[in-house]
Amino acid sequence: MYTDDDFLLAGERFESRLLLGTGGAPNLEVLERALVESGTQLTTVAMRRIDAASQGSVLDLLRRHAIRILPNTAGCYTAREAVLTAQLAREALETNWVKLEVIADDHTLLPDAVELLDAAEQLVNDGFIVLPYTTDDPILARRLEAVGCAAIMPLGSPIGSGLGIRNPHAISMIVQGAKVPVILDAGIGTASEAALAMELGCAAVLLASAVTRAEDPVLMASAMKHAVIGGREAQRAGRIARREFAVASSPLEGRALRDS
Amino acid sequence: MQITINGRPRALDHALNVTELLSQLGYPDRGVAVAVDGVVVAKASWPSTIVTDSREIEIVTAVQGG
Repeated sequence: MYTDDDFLLAGERFESRLLLGTGGAPNLEVLERALVESGTQLTTVAMRRIDAASQGSVLDLLRRHAIRILPNTAGCYTAREAVLTAQLAREALETNWVKLEVIADDHTLLPDAVELLDAAEQLVNDGFIVLPYTTDDPILARRLEAVGCAAIMPLGSPIGSGLGIRNPHAISMIVQGAKVPVILDAGIGTASEAALAMELGCAAVLLASAVTRAEDPVLMASAMKHAVIGGREAQRAGRIARREFAVASSPLEGRALRDS
Repeated sequence: MQITINGRPRALDHALNVTELLSQLGYPDRGVAVAVDGVVVAKASWPSTIVTDSREIEIVTAVQGG
């Protein structure tokens, strides 16, 4: 069932505006229940060397629930590594969509802007739908859009940090400058932060650790689902202006024991 | 002959194509991708791609992440 407010990404239509990563879950059973509870329709996986002992698993799970697979290039430090990883993912998973991550180091996991832009351009030219994980820099966002990325995915704060959205103003500027969807990616720790991303005008939220590493991942998946819906509705509804002083909501006229 | 698979040396009796190699290693032919010397081999080209001596093979699949 589609609504009048579906999420359109690279020509595809999604009811859910919550993208879930699969990393960090204590086990596949919890991951499966969290994914289902979240209502997500697009979920990231990483590409790694195959180990005969750990086959099947996450792909079977995603296919069973008809959740679209979005491979990432996590762990890549250069454009060259990221392009090869994306090409491997395209062959293995039969999708030309890629969440492009090119990070600078293990300590910050922050995107390397120069390598990221290079990789994005190469992959767009190679026919990929490129969804780049990027910093909250509005100018880099503009450059990524200019080379043909299908979305901009700025971080709220470093991956897995749970620090929320450190610079809402920058996210807002990216949203205002972009013609492609902006997906808040990374840093979300709890539901209010996912709601804030949507209130800032993001088209969707991508998160993993906030759910998979929560004390109760399934309950947090539900919380995130509702937060994203709530934030989206609030953004569409249009919040009231902030004022310095109170504005009474009850009429002043006709109060008892008052002459005027 | 000696090849490298996912960073580990491995001896082969004779040259194999990629499909045969995956089968011999016990890996599935679905959900995996193969690169030879840093170049991805499209699945359609697996049967015609012969793995010869001292090639470096990467075999990857999807895991939880991101």
